[in-house]
Amino acid sequence: MDSFAAAPEMPLEFASIDDAIEHLKSSHPYAIKLDERDGYDGIIVDADQLLNIARVIRDDLGFDYLSSATAVDYLGEGDHMEMVYHAYRTSGGGALVFKAQTDRENPTIPSLTSVWRGADFQEREAWDLYGIRFSGHPNLKRILMWEGFHGHPMRKDWREAYYEEDQKPFDSRWPGGHVHRSEEKNVFGKNVSYPQDIDLNRLMDSSESAVYESLGLGVDIERVMDKDGFETNELVVNMGPHHPSTHGVFRMVLTVDGETVTSLEPVMGYLHRNHEKIGERNTYLHNIPFTDRLDYISSMGNNHGYVLAVEQLMSLGRRYNPPTYRCEALRVMMVELSRIVNHLWAIGFWLNDIGAFFTPVLYFIQERERILDFFEAVAGSRMMCNYMRFGGLFGDLPERIKSVTNLTNDRVRDYNTMQFLTEMINERIPRTIDELELLLTQNEIVLERSVDVGVLSADDAINFSAAGPLLRGSGVAYDIRRAEPYSIYPELDFDIAVEDEGDMYARYRVRVQELRESVRILRQILPRLEATRGESIWADGKPGAYAPRVPHGEAYGRVENGKGELGYYIVSAGGRGGSANPWRYHVRAPSFINLTPLGHMSKGHKVADVVGILGSIDIVLGETDR
Amino acid sequence: MELNLQELNATEFPVPVELEDNIAITSLSQLYNWGRRNSMWPMLFGLACCAIEMIATASSRFDFSRFGFEVMRATPRQADLMIVSGTVTKKMVVPIVRLYNQMPEPKYVLAMGACASGGGPFKEGYNVVSGMDKYLPVDVYVPGCPPTPQALLYGMIALQRKIDGQSIANGDDVPWYGVGPAEPTPVPVLGPDIIDPRQMDMIRRQAESAADAPLLGSRELPALTQMVAAKVETAAPVAEAAPADVDALNVVLPAGAAPWAEAEDIREKRRLRALARKALRASRRAAQAEGE
Ligand code: SF4
Repeated sequence: MDSFAAAPEMPLEFASIDDAIEHLKSSHPYAIKLDERDGYDGIIVDADQLLNIARVIRDDLGFDYLSSATAVDYLGEGDHMEMVYHAYRTSGGGALVFKAQTDRENPTIPSLTSVWRGADFQEREAWDLYGIRFSGHPNLKRILMWEGFHGHPMRKDWREAYYEEDQKPFDSRWPGGHVHRSEEKNVFGKNVSYPQDIDLNRLMDSSESAVYESLGLGVDIERVMDKDGFETNELVVNMGPHHPSTHGVFRMVLTVDGETVTSLEPVMGYLHRNHEKIGERNTYLHNIPFTDRLDYISSMGNNHGYVLAVEQLMSLGRRYNPPTYRCEALRVMMVELSRIVNHLWAIGFWLNDIGAFFTPVLYFIQERERILDFFEAVAGSRMMCNYMRFGGLFGDLPERIKSVTNLTNDRVRDYNTMQFLTEMINERIPRTIDELELLLTQNEIVLERSVDVGVLSADDAINFSAAGPLLRGSGVAYDIRRAEPYSIYPELDFDIAVEDEGDMYARYRVRVQELRESVRILRQILPRLEATRGESIWADGKPGAYAPRVPHGEAYGRVENGKGELGYYIVSAGGRGGSANPWRYHVRAPSFINLTPLGHMSKGHKVADVVGILGSIDIVLGETDR
Repeated sequence: MELNLQELNATEFPVPVELEDNIAITSLSQLYNWGRRNSMWPMLFGLACCAIEMIATASSRFDFSRFGFEVMRATPRQADLMIVSGTVTKKMVVPIVRLYNQMPEPKYVLAMGACASGGGPFKEGYNVVSGMDKYLPVDVYVPGCPPTPQALLYGMIALQRKIDGQSIANGDDVPWYGVGPAEPTPVPVLGPDIIDPRQMDMIRRQAESAADAPLLGSRELPALTQMVAAKVETAAPVAEAAPADVDALNVVLPAGAAPWAEAEDIREKRRLRALARKALRASRRAAQAEGE
């Protein structure tokens, strides 16, 4: 697929990212310049040369994995639109950040889908929310909002119906504490506003072709759907957004030939809650509970990525203390427990999809309930933990916690926290994993349904920017906890789970291995907690600022979450004193980007397998649609 | 659920003591409600984070089947309770209303969590609906973000109590026992923003009055962005920028007939076409049979 003539066989070796940039600068002096804005990294590429440079970055420099591509609107801060790309090497190491700028009035940037297919959905998102046109994109249409929506909502001058001010806290409410209902202030009362020139007639067409018109299925709908008699051999099948096995409000439109899938078009946005727009109005601290609601199965992991990103920025300033050792150990423990919950949930629901309806889930939810009891005792809430803070945590472990003894006997008992944890980590969870393996790993039906189904090769997985178990199930040993370590992972002893086959079964195996690795990590955490007993979770012994001012700059914080690489790209565009609200708050959601290869993986399989393939990716809609 | 005749008994006529365990004299409503409240079939349908807690409520630890809710149905046509478990977005409210219309009566709606009750943490978002009750009649609201399983159970039991208090003789309580088929809830339309067909008159009125004078009792609406989405395929440069302060109320509506009449038309045409096709097939089959 590569048309770059001078590509050498092997990528060049560079000691550091800076060397790689040096090399790029000497070979393409006119196309790139260093990004010298205060607190910024990487290079700015001339938009005309973007495609070439991207190929050089991928092939010559060896940054083969495009992690994130996102847009920023610098209205009033230079008045341009910017696409920001983060490329990594799958062999590990930091990011090469490159950017391309375009004007706001008629933003156009070459599409990178021919270099990294993983850019596909992300560029569509940038078109949808920012109105940036990507020349050469094969399928540039809206992805989160519906076709025909008025405007591109993430642009800084686009305002929602309930708009009050650009930044929280709003003057009308703070500090007086006044409360009002926004709908009473909006004439239409339903969070809507209309442009001046709406044409209602066009909207009322409910024919089949109108329903599928915007999907670009490559099929003549009129011909397929509107035929007398049955001599058709292609059929369009709609699944979702209300479908019991699509893991939420996700929709797929399949074209099938007999029972075989010929094409699959994912349609999303049914849970698009405008996370990023709201995030840019919020203060930094406000956003922590919002991150809980991204991947709502593993809220602790979401917190972790976000605080890491903001801490990166805060460390540029002077008044910042990194978290203490105990704090880091607690964070890792919470995140690993979340990973266990996540994988149990993912495996259970995947089995739902391939026909073991709800029985496995019931077993796994039992274990989840105990972990949730623990989260509730520590953070105050079962699911939405809102536990981490910049430079610290919401609180230390309580001495004693309450949980039910077992699930058939709903009696609540009082436990010593460490004892509860020890028992859970050393006995209960391993027992559950053993049981899971005993029942499933060699199960004939599981093997029959999942081996060689939904195959994704290693090269494709990298090119599609797949992450997490989807990537590792395709034989790429890429785990951010090892590739670009954070927190106390470097000193912990664990292996990267990896399987080579790239099918559904391989992903299942990766998840089971990761469950075991998580237990292994947790066993190492327990003595660390004992050893640091009494140590504060805050560096200077008292909680950090309630409304921290974050220094000018950009940061990309990423963690290995249960579902894959969860990244936060944050821009703080304040003056010299920093800002209280992020200028740009972008979530690189693994569930969203992992869906890019879904069509590719489903092609040629039976309709019944599609749901299983989706289940094996493990998505959660809160994060997919944000 | 065991039938407790003594509880069901509601009459001033004395029932002989020896028959108390065998006979109850009661009202039709009460008997009927007893049957309904104890076998609610919720729809198997989740929207967002709250759905996870709904699943937890359904599973072994909390187990809502203890209260007669166990049969979750994936099809709306077999369900009589819709648990709106999560954030309702503008894009999703269209299918939700359609699902509601497909449910047989009597039907109930339980709004689970802050989002379904009033928009929740994401209320200000441009794609978020400020509560399910803006579009559907909601019977029970369960606060929480997400509500704990205990809270959801409490809400479900509250719904049962509500049913107990209803009388099938009272058309306000149970509108679905009136004469003739019930009107379906109008399905919202996705245009430049979401359009509720019930608001059409209001939109028109606003458009007319906006032409003469500023509206009473409304705040100034924000200026809309000046971008006009050009068709993607043509990739034409952005067309006509709107004047700086677009009045959001200046809605241009087609004069005359209700705009959705056309949709009715289309539907009617499709129905006729389907009938014609059916007739054609029938006649073909008849001809074939004769041939044999
Ligand atoms: S109420 Fe809270 S938990 Fe429930 S859907 Fe809304 S954000 Fe999620």
